[in-house]
Amino acid sequence: MSQIDSLEHQIFDAIGSAADEAALETVRVSALGKKGSISELLKSLGAMSPEERREKGPLFNGLRDRVGVAIAERKTTLARLKLNARLAFERIDVTLPPRPEPRGTIHPVSQVQDEITAIFADLDFAVAEGPDVEFDEYNFTKLNIPPDHPARQMHDTFYVSRQTDGARHVLRTHTSPVQARVMLSQKPPIRVIVPGRTYRRDSDATHTPMFHQVEALVIDEGTHLGHLRWVVEEFCSAFFEVERIELRARPSYFPFTEPSVEWDMRCDRSGGQIKFGTGTDWLELGGSGMVHPRVLEMCGIDPARYQGFAFGFGIDRMAMLKYGAPDLRPFFDSDLRWLRHFGFAALDLPTLDGGLSR
Amino acid sequence: MKFTLSWLKEHLETDADARTIAKTLTNIGLEVESLEDRGAVLKDFIVAHVVSAEKHPNADKLKLCRVDTGSDIVQVVCGAPNAHTGMKGVFARPGLVIPHSGETLKISGIRGIESRGMLCSERELLLSEEHEGIIELESSAEIGSPAAHALGLDDPVFDVAITPNRGDCTSVLGIARDLAATGLGRLKNTEVAVVKGAFPSPLGIALHFPSDAEDACPIFAGRFVRNVRNGPSPAWLQTQLRAVGLRPISALVDVTNFIANDRGRPLHVFDADKLAGGMQARLARDGEIVTALDGKTYALDPEMIVIADDKRALSIAGVMGGAETGCTESTRNVFVESAWFDPQRIAATGRKLGIQSDARYRFERGTDPEFVVPGLELATRLILEFCGGEPAETVVAGRPPPWRREIAFSAQHVRRLAGIDLSSGEIGKILVSLGFAVEGEPEMRVTPPSWRSDIAGSADLVEEVVRIHGLDQIPAAPMARAHAVARAVLTPSQKRTRIARRTLASRGFNETISYSFIPRAHAALFGGGDELRQLENPIAADMDALRPSVLPSLLAASARNAARGFAEQMLFEIGAQFESGMPGAQTLAAAGVRLGPAARSWTKDTHNPDAFDVKADMLAVLESAMGGAMTAPVKSDAPAWYHPGRSGTLALGSKVLARFGELHPEILAAFDVKVSASAFEVFLDAIPEPKAKGRTRGLFQPSQFPAVERDFAFVVDVDVMADDITRSARNVERSLIERVDVFDVYEGEGVPEGKKSLAISVRLQPRDRTLTDAEIEAAVQKIVSAVMKVTGGTLRT
Repeated sequence: MSQIDSLEHQIFDAIGSAADEAALETVRVSALGKKGSISELLKSLGAMSPEERREKGPLFNGLRDRVGVAIAERKTTLARLKLNARLAFERIDVTLPPRPEPRGTIHPVSQVQDEITAIFADLDFAVAEGPDVEFDEYNFTKLNIPPDHPARQMHDTFYVSRQTDGARHVLRTHTSPVQARVMLSQKPPIRVIVPGRTYRRDSDATHTPMFHQVEALVIDEGTHLGHLRWVVEEFCSAFFEVERIELRARPSYFPFTEPSVEWDMRCDRSGGQIKFGTGTDWLELGGSGMVHPRVLEMCGIDPARYQGFAFGFGIDRMAMLKYGAPDLRPFFDSDLRWLRHFGFAALDLPTLDGGLSR
Repeated sequence: MKFTLSWLKEHLETDADARTIAKTLTNIGLEVESLEDRGAVLKDFIVAHVVSAEKHPNADKLKLCRVDTGSDIVQVVCGAPNAHTGMKGVFARPGLVIPHSGETLKISGIRGIESRGMLCSERELLLSEEHEGIIELESSAEIGSPAAHALGLDDPVFDVAITPNRGDCTSVLGIARDLAATGLGRLKNTEVAVVKGAFPSPLGIALHFPSDAEDACPIFAGRFVRNVRNGPSPAWLQTQLRAVGLRPISALVDVTNFIANDRGRPLHVFDADKLAGGMQARLARDGEIVTALDGKTYALDPEMIVIADDKRALSIAGVMGGAETGCTESTRNVFVESAWFDPQRIAATGRKLGIQSDARYRFERGTDPEFVVPGLELATRLILEFCGGEPAETVVAGRPPPWRREIAFSAQHVRRLAGIDLSSGEIGKILVSLGFAVEGEPEMRVTPPSWRSDIAGSADLVEEVVRIHGLDQIPAAPMARAHAVARAVLTPSQKRTRIARRTLASRGFNETISYSFIPRAHAALFGGGDELRQLENPIAADMDALRPSVLPSLLAASARNAARGFAEQMLFEIGAQFESGMPGAQTLAAAGVRLGPAARSWTKDTHNPDAFDVKADMLAVLESAMGGAMTAPVKSDAPAWYHPGRSGTLALGSKVLARFGELHPEILAAFDVKVSASAFEVFLDAIPEPKAKGRTRGLFQPSQFPAVERDFAFVVDVDVMADDITRSARNVERSLIERVDVFDVYEGEGVPEGKKSLAISVRLQPRDRTLTDAEIEAAVQKIVSAVMKVTGGTLRT
């Protein structure tokens, strides 16, 4: 073994056994430093004859390069070992819980309202709104319910104290006064839905003194009962996310529609769960009808030219049915347990492309 | 409106069973709320004869009966004290389910003797609570026949919801007529024959109305019948009345109840011996008093109608009879009243007096003006039949109100509103079957019958046609789409509301919806509780005030949840708050409450919710709703329900957009909230609408030159607002100073008493050159002097 070979062996051994960066640095200095063994060899080239230098030069330079690479590699290895040791030391108990983050929820009534809006928007219905405190005129008279009409008894109206102008207003008993407001302020064709709070003096498991309705109104030149049926069918099938539903139309009476129709949907209540489109039970959905000619007239629309339909469903009731909430009262009781149980995630915005519900 | 199947069949010839009839009624708009068929439950229970009843050999209180069931003789052990030889009872064979217990009857051994069936008590059949003994049937009951028949329970009872427009269907006749129109049966002729008077009426009648109120009672008829004997009405009538929920009283009263239910014609029978002189219908005098049949005394007003004699008001016309002149067992001479009253006046009277009665129910829905006199004839005939006596001649004042009107109608009307093609022949047939007179074809002239005051125009006729033809026969017709791809429909306000809601939920808030009315005391704490915002008729004493803010609702809810054991809570609601009781005087608020203490965590880095948490919530709502940064200044002038030193408002000019802060401890105490709470309110409709600037974003021009950050600490008076410092720094050179952030606030050692140190970092971002040291130094100097000038502070060194 030549002298150079043994030097190379010696240096590589030292590199391999350097336990940390400092030891490696010592090896580097002793080999490649100013006074290092390889540096000394390279310096000796200057005193050599050209022939000898031609022979030894590549040998010495080759040694220098190999050692340089080996030191760099060892350095990387040492750094990784050190990091691994640190990481091992930094181990945490990953089963510990993260910092508490409250999980927010959307109220089912808001969620269902968004679902309903998504469906009707696709059918070209805009969303109209009106005040909770309403003129008697809009809540009743303009809807063909004059004072002392027997239908007023069915409404269990809340009255607000007399105002400074002597007038006594009501908490709207339905969303229908917004029909009157829309017809008085817009020209046909009209397609709107009106979701919102409504109030009746009534309270039991299925009635609360405040509840939510959604009203749909269509006014144009040719809309008839067949269109009403189509919209109710399409809406119910989309809302309940059932391919086939079966509706039953019953004649009814509302002062503001003529003819008036109530809608029931076939369902199956056996087994504690409700299924739609099958079974032998009928579920009441809500009331509807062709807008009464007198209502059109009182709202400034010519009944000889225009006609249309209106219908109204209970939003809370739709939410109860779709999501299986048996009792209406907790909807407005703000019990956190209920809100979390029936609430929806913030980003679960209902869409037609993604499905109304998960 | 209740009626039995057998009563219906008095008017309708039909083979249809009760279920088919019920289904048809619902389909034509007479919604059957219940069909009670008690006989169906008792289908297999039969009449049995107790051939012998002897003492049980092994038990003193038990009897051993031999029972004839019509097909065999069986042995039954019975514990009833009234079981006796020769009686007829209701027998259940082994295998039948006993309604009361719900259990199947088995053959059993009782004290060593086999019992092969049971004689039933009323309670066992769910007929009453009676369980002292077994049912004893009439001796005429046929052995082996269905017990339901012997018990009078084989007659199904319908309960139909009558809509306010169908006064004619407050009678069995009206319901039968509608059913006949569907083809379910044939309407029987039940025309009323006139009963000839035997002598002139000793009582005259008159209408006394001022000319502007003649329509209150256009016709009033009466009939005097002498020498009647009032007693119980016949069994069949009592059975029918009981079946429909009416209590039989006496023949005279039962006759009026029968005719009201059978024909929809309310009548009243006076004891003629208690009357003083002639009968009249007139308006009540102001304050006139009538003691009605319900025993209560009512003070009337001149809008109401009374039936009076020469001396006094006797009854509240169309609403309730008077107690003084009512019939009793000893009544000998009667005067029967039949009249037509203006429906609106009756409705108003009933509402003002708070009286619900069968008479009001019918009069306010409209009675048949042509049946005033026939109704009286029918009553006379029944009274003579049940009570004997001798009728005087009928007396009539006035005439029926005009009701004939002609409506132009055609198949086109049906096509236009209902979307179905029916021939005028089909249409005419339906209308005629409902009693309408139809002339002409294809253009029809339709006259509604006297009993259909609800039919005013062609739309009403379309309803009649489609409900009898079948609403479900109308096929669905798709509506045209305005665009292949539907357009967006939400208004800016609706979009703001939706995004505010989802922003808050994404921050961890639970959305709630609470009543718009709250306790008045709570309202008063939030600037409300005044008279204008009170409900006149609240459903409960603590739900009487329109809420002036959403916060009291949330606080009350938080307190309830805290009582349920929830420590930390985040509740929000988006809803109206009310400024007065005027329509439109309401504001849409998004409000939230964070209730402490902090959620506990092993990381120990959570904090009790404070004003800065809710400030962040408020800003998040505002910025998400606006779609941009909120730069309006914050002022510390929040209303009294907030902590005066730890709250603020955010306004644009005089328009308050939002407020936030810790809640006042006194408010928390009032709601029994024992931990600290912070809240915010954002008024969604006050948020400015985004300026219409198109959808394209501005040019993206990141600066090519390095930004420079410099930190400054100022020593200022403790009450100097951070905002004043950052704004004055920023305003030094807005094109150069990209942002100013507060990164430290310090009071204590090293800072003089009454002062604080507030540190900001300022980022200078040149757009067209690299800043030289001199330029940076110049900017720094300008910032320092601007802040010192505004705050009177010094640079901390």
